Amino acid sequence: MEMPKADPFRLARKDTLVRRLREALPADAVIDAPAELKAYECDALTAYRCPPLVAVLPRSTREVSAVARICHDLEIPLIPRGAGTSLAGGSLPTGDAVILGVARMTETLEVSHVDRIIRVQTGRTNLSVTGEVEGDGWFYAPDPSSQLACAIAGNIAMNSGGAHCLKYGVTTNNLLGVTLVRMDGTVVEIGGAHMDAPGLDLLGLVCGSEGQLGIVTEATLRILPKPEGARPVLIAYDDNETAGQCVSDIIKAGILPVAIEFMDRPVIRATEDFAHAGYPDVEALLIVEVEGSEAEIDEQLTAIEAIARRHDPVEVRRSNSAEESAAIWLGRKSAFGAMGQINDYMCLDGTIPVSELPRVLKGIRELSKEYGLDVGNVFHAGDGNMHPLILFDANKPGDLEKCEAMGADILRLCVEVGGCLTGEHGVGIEKRDLMHHQFDPVDLEAQMRVKDVFDPRWLLNPAKVFPLDVTEARRSVRA
Amino acid sequence: MLTPTTEAELAEIVRGANAPLSLRGGGTRHVPGAGEPLTTAGLTGITLYEPGALTLVARAGTPVEVVENALRAEGQRLPFEPMDHRTLLGTDGTPTIGGAVAMNVSGPRRVQAGACRDSLIGVRFVDGSGEVIKNGGRVMKNVTGYDLVKLMAGSRGSLGVLTEVAFKVLPAAATQATLRLDGLDPTDAVAAMSAALGSPFDVTGAAHDVAGRTTWIRLEGLEGSVDYRAGELGGVLSRHGDVARLDAGESAMIWSAVRDVRVLAGSGRDVWRVHCRPSHAVRVLDAVGLDAALMDWGGGLVWLAVPAGTDLRAWLDGVPGYATRVTGALDVVPEVAAVAALTDGIRAKFDPRGVFAA
Repeated sequence: MEMPKADPFRLARKDTLVRRLREALPADAVIDAPAELKAYECDALTAYRCPPLVAVLPRSTREVSAVARICHDLEIPLIPRGAGTSLAGGSLPTGDAVILGVARMTETLEVSHVDRIIRVQTGRTNLSVTGEVEGDGWFYAPDPSSQLACAIAGNIAMNSGGAHCLKYGVTTNNLLGVTLVRMDGTVVEIGGAHMDAPGLDLLGLVCGSEGQLGIVTEATLRILPKPEGARPVLIAYDDNETAGQCVSDIIKAGILPVAIEFMDRPVIRATEDFAHAGYPDVEALLIVEVEGSEAEIDEQLTAIEAIARRHDPVEVRRSNSAEESAAIWLGRKSAFGAMGQINDYMCLDGTIPVSELPRVLKGIRELSKEYGLDVGNVFHAGDGNMHPLILFDANKPGDLEKCEAMGADILRLCVEVGGCLTGEHGVGIEKRDLMHHQFDPVDLEAQMRVKDVFDPRWLLNPAKVFPLDVTEARRSVRA
Repeated sequence: MLTPTTEAELAEIVRGANAPLSLRGGGTRHVPGAGEPLTTAGLTGITLYEPGALTLVARAGTPVEVVENALRAEGQRLPFEPMDHRTLLGTDGTPTIGGAVAMNVSGPRRVQAGACRDSLIGVRFVDGSGEVIKNGGRVMKNVTGYDLVKLMAGSRGSLGVLTEVAFKVLPAAATQATLRLDGLDPTDAVAAMSAALGSPFDVTGAAHDVAGRTTWIRLEGLEGSVDYRAGELGGVLSRHGDVARLDAGESAMIWSAVRDVRVLAGSGRDVWRVHCRPSHAVRVLDAVGLDAALMDWGGGLVWLAVPAGTDLRAWLDGVPGYATRVTGALDVVPEVAAVAALTDGIRAKFDPRGVFAA
């Protein structure tokens, strides 16, 4: 994955930049020592690294605005960073850029049960938002796997999802307002504690824009009352196609589970070796979870099991207690760790129409043979959001490149069957050059026009999302 | 009236336009502005419907009724429960699915299932230069590039003419019930609605008729589940007043009246809608001082009928939120400068020649 070369014109301004940042921010908020900058050289896409010119850790919207204004004046690119958990390289810096981390912005600004909202600074971790309100019976719905570590700022930038979005939606469906700092330092309040104000939906535009339109420093989030309870059923099949058909039939029957998770044999075996969850050794496992009171849960699980049995399952295992639920979820929740025990892996997140599941799984198997790399599949089946994990050896020359080429082929297949490149991780640098497969030039141009309005000089996280050749002219504009 | 029947023909018309066009679907939701009338009503048909994937794609001019009937046949529905504006506005014609998207029309279920923009997963549209642009797609989780889908929802045709829209749909509920409380004043009604919406019983509607002093709370789902929740929630709400349970048939009638704001229809007054925090709804009512009002979304949406010609925004000075007149000519909402700079910039990029300025 290519990144633009550091611009000597910008590197030459480092002393001025550091001096001005130190004038504007407390001493401990500006980092320019090479050893300390190493901490910001990559996010969770660790294959690509580059220390930034400077890193800043502001504590308020005012300080973020000051940093943006200084970088704007000096024409230095600014790369926003939440907790650095992006799998797509969303906060990978270039050597001539400033990294702005929101990690110190962790205050809760308001909780209102009547209005069903919480307002926080965006450095807060996803799970800590729920932590703030769960004592009173509430939760924040989007639940990405990294929720213990990932920041709300990054969730908003990437429009993060999670296992439960079949029922509750993704970040954009749970976000009511933001305080946005534009690249020129302007502070814009968008939305608020009310719903759906008239006017253009700038909130929807900002969510998922990968930090290219502004830096979100505060957010008003919708909170929901916790359901009375939740329990899963585990359903095992001898082939993927039947499992896919079962998912489709459950949905068609009018039941809306909160989660439908799918694991294939390579992942099942890896998790058994790792976590000993007691899964049967089959081709495909489904975990279907429903919510409500005990009686409501049983009513729904009974209906789901009846559908499952029509497809001749190897096993149907209903959880009847919190312990049994934990056992069923244990393997799924340790799937990524288990695959990581075997080898390095690359995690894709293309989304496909649910009906294309069997065809895509077959295609992935064929690609796996062709490239000689093993693949495990674990994903959110209800919404078609795949997570193929391609195993490779980072220490073996050429293996990473082979893995990336295979990943690109899988994503092209997702687009070909009517899906998309990324369901919840974002484009970042990882899928940037595949955007041509998803969009025609005129579609990309329409999106880039939006950035032209928010950030006319293309200084904010500029080398992401769009193919570099397409953005080259915009990125080289000087005042 | 220009009535293109294909996207290509529509694009050709926009490219050739040298004066503003006045866009509409069925023309039921507002009084269109000046300019040469152009309707999408000729672009019809459901192009894809996969019940097992909860996905429906339709051309913009497809009547809402056609979409809803197709969904009903498979036991599914549009989650956002789009309002039919004809009763309130006294319009006739056929509401289109593209019109619902262009106005981001969402009914009572918005509090639980999200707005129209939340169900919308893909669009095709013709921008002001006559280019056909697509965004999103037919899958319900998609973060590939910027979300112009949300931008188009509620943009009222100011950025482009929608030609095709794609939705995530949901299973229709097997049954429903409504809990009714009588005699509450607005303060107590907001408290009761908040208690319901803050309960774990998955409330899908919470509304209050101010003049009639009637509060309604809706539950939907499987029969046994609705029974159970009606019992539990009835207990919670008994603190706020006497609770009556209405059966599925009566419940359905009440919510279609709430959805279409029938209580304020035919008054001859101007109807406004105010988006605010539920905790500010009573301030809104007090500022206006009239009881011809309907609170929906648990108080987050207040519908008001005021004497014709009243500028409600002046009355609401100091109450945070947004007021928009629904009757009469379309009213442009003034925005704060920092927001206006962005929206004006976006409009200029998508419609550089001002073709959609009407």
